[in-house]
Amino acid sequence: MTRNHDDDHHEHEHANHYSDMEARMRALETLLIHKGLIDPAAIEAIVDTYETKVGPRNGAAVVARSWCDPAFAKWLVRDATSAIASLGFGERHGTRMRAVFNTARVHNMIVCTLCSCYPWAVLGLPPVWYKSPAYRSRAVIDPRSVLAEFGVVLPEEKLVRVWDSTAELRYLVIPERPIGSEDMTERELAAVVSRDAMIGTALVMLQDRVR
Amino acid sequence: MNGPHDLGGLMGFGAIPFEPNEPVFHWEWEKRALGVSLCIAGLGVWNIDENRHSYERIAPATYLRASYYEIWIRGLDKLLVEHGLVVHDEIFLSKPIGDVQAAADDILRESDVAEMLLHGPAEQPSLTPPAYRIGDLVRTRNINPTGHTRLPRYARSRRGIIDQVQGSYVFPDDNAHGRGANPQWVYTVVFSGRELWGEDADARLSVSIDACESYLERDIVTEAGDPHYATDRDSLP
Repeated sequence: MTRNHDDDHHEHEHANHYSDMEARMRALETLLIHKGLIDPAAIEAIVDTYETKVGPRNGAAVVARSWCDPAFAKWLVRDATSAIASLGFGERHGTRMRAVFNTARVHNMIVCTLCSCYPWAVLGLPPVWYKSPAYRSRAVIDPRSVLAEFGVVLPEEKLVRVWDSTAELRYLVIPERPIGSEDMTERELAAVVSRDAMIGTALVMLQDRVR
Repeated sequence: MNGPHDLGGLMGFGAIPFEPNEPVFHWEWEKRALGVSLCIAGLGVWNIDENRHSYERIAPATYLRASYYEIWIRGLDKLLVEHGLVVHDEIFLSKPIGDVQAAADDILRESDVAEMLLHGPAEQPSLTPPAYRIGDLVRTRNINPTGHTRLPRYARSRRGIIDQVQGSYVFPDDNAHGRGANPQWVYTVVFSGRELWGEDADARLSVSIDACESYLERDIVTEAGDPHYATDRDSLP
C-alpha cells in the first residue's frame, strides 16, 4: 500500500508546514545527504530489516517454544532476555525483556502511555493502533473496553494486568496455549500466534491466522 | 513535563484505530522517516532521552494531530537545529546554506546497521545498592518537572508494591538535559486499579510502571491488607 507523490513542484507551496510529508521527508533526506550526515544505503538496510527480517514471527517462535518446552518457559520467567537471545532474537543491548504469562486467572496487556516503547526485536515495528492516543490513553484506565473492541471479552473474574513500559524494559505476553492444540508441532503452533496476542489484545484461537 | 505525550487516563480519543492486515509502512515517507531518524541517532550527538523529550516539547495541539512518524520528524528538526547540524532555513529549502561539509567519517554505514540496531541504552552500574526489595510498599512522588520525566501523571502520589528490581539504568530526567547519566535502580511497581482511578474503578485491574528509584519513597502509613495495594502477583506460571 505504498503511495508515492512525485510532484516536486508542490514543495515550495508547502514550504513552511508539514501538510505534505512525502515532500517534507524528501527535502530533509536530501539536505542531510548533502551535508554528509547520512548514507542512503544505511536507510535502505534499516527499512529492509523491519520489512523483511524482524517481525512478529520472532515472538511467535518464542511463544511456541515456551508452550512445548517447560524448561524454556521457566527460563523465560527467570531471564527472558537470555532465553529469547538463545533463539537468535536480541532486543537491543542493555534493554531487558520480560515475558508475562497469561493464565486462567490473569490476562496481561502491554502499553506505553508516554511514547510507543515496544519490543522491536520480537514483534518488529508497532502497529498504528499501538501508537495511537486512543490506545495509550485508555489501556491503563479501561483495558476491558479496549479488549472488547478487539473482540476479546474476558470472564468478569479474570484479572487484567496492564504493564506500562515506562523504562528500558520491554514486555512480551505469552498467551495461553489454545485448547485442542495438543497434537500440534512447535512450528504449527507458532503459525497461530498473532502479533496482537503477544501484546495482549487478542487470544490465540486455532482458527486464527497471523495478523 | 506535563506534555501532550503523557496520555494515560485521558478520555475522548474514540475507537482504537485497528486496521486488519496492516502493512509495516503505509507511505514511502514513513520508511525514510524511520531510516533517517535512526541514522542520525547513530551519530550519537544526542541520547535517547533527549530524543524522547524532543517529541514531548511539540505543542500539544500539533502533537495530538500528528501521525507518529510526523512526531518523529518534528522532534528531529528541533534537535538538528538545536545541535547546530542544520540551520532552520535549510530544513525548508532542502539545500545547504554556505559550505557543504565533507561527509563525517563516523556516519552510519550500511555495514554498521545490524550492530546499531542492537545498540541500546545500556544498563549502567549504580553506586548504591537498591533501596527497595520485592514486596516493599512504596508511594510515588508527586513531581511535576518542567523537563523530561518517565513518571506518568496518572501514577504520581500513588501507593504500590515493588514487583521486581529491574537493574540499574541511566536516569532519563538528568540524561535528557546533559546532566549526566546518574544511573539509578529501576523497579516494576504495581498499583491496583482502585488506587489509580478511585473506588468506582475495576476491582480486577492492576497496572504497573517501571520506575526509577528517585520517583519513589517508602510508604510509611502501611496497613496490612489495605485494598488499595495490588496484591495479586499471580501472573507467572
